[in-house]
Amino acid sequence: MWKYIVKRVLTSVVILFFVSMIIYTIIRCIPTSFIETLAREKASLPGAKSYTEWLDQLKATYGMDSGIIQGFFQWLASAVRGEFGDSWYFNIPVTEKFANVIWDSFYLGVVSFVLQIVIAIPLGILSARKQYSRTDYAITVFALIGISLPGFFFATILKLIFSIHLGWFDLYGKVGRYYGQLDAWGKFLDVAAHFVLPIATLTIISVGSLMRYTRTNMLEVLNSDFIRTARAKGLSESTVINKHAFRNTLIPIVTIIGGTLPGLFAGAMITETLFQIPGIGYTSYLAMTSGDIPFFMFYMTFMAALTLMGNLISDILYAVVDPRVRVG
Amino acid sequence: MENKNENNKQNQSNASLVQNNQPAQNEKTMNQSVERKMALDDDQRVKVLSPSMLVFKRFIRNKLAIIGSFIIVGMFLFAFVGGIVSPYNESQVFMGYEAMSKDYASVTRNKEFRYTTVDGKNFPSAVKAEVILAVNSGKSEFTSMGNVYALTKEGENLYRISLMDKYATATIIRGTADISVVDGKTLSEAVKNGFLAAIEAKETSFTVDGVTYQISNQGKEYSLGVLDDVALASHKILDAYNAATKLSLEFKLQAEKAFIEGKNSFEVEGVTYYIDSEGSSATIYYNENGNQVNYAQLSDFVVAPIGSDVFLDVEFKSLVQQAINDGETSVTQTDAEGNEVVYKIERKNEQYTVKADTETQLIQIYQSPSKSHWLGTDGNGMDIMTRLMYGGRISLMIGFIVVIIQTFLGVVLGGIAGYFGKWVDNLIMRIVDIFYCIPSLPLIIILGSIMDSLKVNPQVRIYFLMIIMGLLGWPGVARMVRGQILSLREQEFMTATEAMGISIPRRIFRHLIPNVIPQLIVMATMGLGGIILTESSLSFLGIGVKFPFASWGNIISAVSNVHVMTNYWFVWIPAGFCILLTVLAFNFIGDGLRDAFDPKMKR
Repeated sequence: MWKYIVKRVLTSVVILFFVSMIIYTIIRCIPTSFIETLAREKASLPGAKSYTEWLDQLKATYGMDSGIIQGFFQWLASAVRGEFGDSWYFNIPVTEKFANVIWDSFYLGVVSFVLQIVIAIPLGILSARKQYSRTDYAITVFALIGISLPGFFFATILKLIFSIHLGWFDLYGKVGRYYGQLDAWGKFLDVAAHFVLPIATLTIISVGSLMRYTRTNMLEVLNSDFIRTARAKGLSESTVINKHAFRNTLIPIVTIIGGTLPGLFAGAMITETLFQIPGIGYTSYLAMTSGDIPFFMFYMTFMAALTLMGNLISDILYAVVDPRVRVG
Repeated sequence: MENKNENNKQNQSNASLVQNNQPAQNEKTMNQSVERKMALDDDQRVKVLSPSMLVFKRFIRNKLAIIGSFIIVGMFLFAFVGGIVSPYNESQVFMGYEAMSKDYASVTRNKEFRYTTVDGKNFPSAVKAEVILAVNSGKSEFTSMGNVYALTKEGENLYRISLMDKYATATIIRGTADISVVDGKTLSEAVKNGFLAAIEAKETSFTVDGVTYQISNQGKEYSLGVLDDVALASHKILDAYNAATKLSLEFKLQAEKAFIEGKNSFEVEGVTYYIDSEGSSATIYYNENGNQVNYAQLSDFVVAPIGSDVFLDVEFKSLVQQAINDGETSVTQTDAEGNEVVYKIERKNEQYTVKADTETQLIQIYQSPSKSHWLGTDGNGMDIMTRLMYGGRISLMIGFIVVIIQTFLGVVLGGIAGYFGKWVDNLIMRIVDIFYCIPSLPLIIILGSIMDSLKVNPQVRIYFLMIIMGLLGWPGVARMVRGQILSLREQEFMTATEAMGISIPRRIFRHLIPNVIPQLIVMATMGLGGIILTESSLSFLGIGVKFPFASWGNIISAVSNVHVMTNYWFVWIPAGFCILLTVLAFNFIGDGLRDAFDPKMKR
């Protein structure tokens, strides 16, 4: 087991290396970068140096005067030491900005994640138990609508109903106008109110796949021989479902859920951008659209690492939960 | 399952297979009775549906899948046929005419001196300022820019300004005049005597030999000179009836003089003009063959057009003046085409503005749904219904092409990896891992902004978008294909192909891949929905499909303007439902297909 984990981690490191190299190459190829915009701005000031002079100077300042390969290894050398440089757009160290914004994303993620589980698993099981009934169809349609709903469209409808017509929540932002004057509890409630719509959006658009997954697995378990045996023994239906079937359904569900755990830190780029919640998704969107290379590199590497970690966790969990599975 | 008398039917039908089909076919030409004897017993014959028929039957039993299929067919008709049937073009902008009250002319009651300069004479602004000073202090002469000007009052607020050509000055000392002649001028005795006599008599002018000399007095110094008219200063405005007529200074002077003095007629250059006064304004005309010909209009008002392309005729001006004098707020005039135009007059202090309702061409933006535009028009004045149709084409086309690219790459690489195993598998799967780990949305956003800054043509941009999305989406397919092939490879039929010496590509693509096709079809159908979602999200963010091309996502992006989001639901709600319906339908079909392909899932 340990050997397997070590091997997987080492492979992941190699993959991360190549992923970051590809991303670095692409981002260095952007023609109008942050630096060029800045140089043009500075060159247009009265009595300024020429554009090319500014460009050379700024490139040297930002450490972009080396070639792509050399630049990548410079970046890598400092990244390995945990130094991701200063964000150009936010003007503070990348990791500091990251630490500031990640928790908003995390809270959004955790709450919608818990809601998803609470909604999806019971409904999925219900749907499987009453296969091809009306309930099953209703739940299936609901799940598929959730999967098919464009997040930006659903978020806009929520905004239209709850922010504009009902006036319950603010359209944008994380805090209200009078945030500064509130006491601690009031501040918490204010932020919580601003998180309601993003969380609703995230939950609805991602609950469907887990529900479908639960249903499929539950069906598979319900069709297996041991359930038939249990029923034949005359066990009550609730015992069959709750004790025998449910426990066995949990195996694949736990691996799936375990695999999504690192994703709680990934942030939801579109939802955060739509609601202007200053989480990692919105922040990286801002950084990306302004060509902030250090932040972007950090974010992409971080995301790639999260994906790898998610896969690793779900593979390990699979082996842990189901003793029949041997890894290696 | 048993069947009788259906041998021939089954043989004709490709969709059904009959066990032991071969003999039946051979005996087709034989006698019926012989065939019966040779054939298997009907009881032993088992009718087996072909696998595809079986799948199809299971598929149509699924209500959701049928609904999904109908939606997709509907969407295809809507997008591809609708675009042809629609009377409008994808980027046709609808213009409408709307009456807008626009400023037409401005009218001011003149209370300042207006100057008419004699042709070819120089009359600088500095002198105009001096004129006003001289008028205010009652002087009849002033000096400006080294020249002496004489100011002759011809009537109330009517002055003639003349430049004095100085001949001589005379200084009176103890009753005797000392005349000094200006350099370069000669003064005859007659003029000298006349000058002295005039000083004595305190006259301001005298005439010698038909030349009128003017004397101006400054303290004890008298100047003698000949006057030359430079300009006329008056409060009245004279407009000619004919745009080509240029009113001469003499005409203006005589006309105003006559008006002030209340005369009925005056004569200029041999023509007799008549004045028809009415309050502070008057019409000046002359008679030609007994007919009255209007020549000019005299008034207090300055009527100036606001647009440079407008010529205001005197009739209009006098109408407006009359209306202002009468305190009316609107005038009606028939224009060249015989339409009655109503002009509104608005007063602001001493300034009047004449407004006319002019037909202005406007782009019809955010028109509510109507008969001609079933879903109204968008912010560019384009028909939303038509945009939705063309947007559907783009979205569906992108979906299909990306899925084809993804499936192709995934099948080729996954197939190779699965079949060869060992280091090939290892290498390909690591590449898959790398592509799998690249966060696709941020990467597409970055690539989108690269295309933005390179100003890629929107048409080319769509192809790039397809390629990028295709390249980022294949690892999932490759993984699935590889996994399936790894397990299929170990089965007997593969050993058989090996034994028969079938070539490797043939083994992969003819014998392995077809066994993966059910899963591929399901994956591709579900993937289609996902791709349409991604594409619309990108277009919504403004980095996917770009204007002028429509896509459902970029139609919805109008909601970034809160005003549009709140007030014009018809702009973005239908597009959202189009996306939802299409993706939902693909998911229904994919789901139905999976159930149909997978016998374990059957009821």
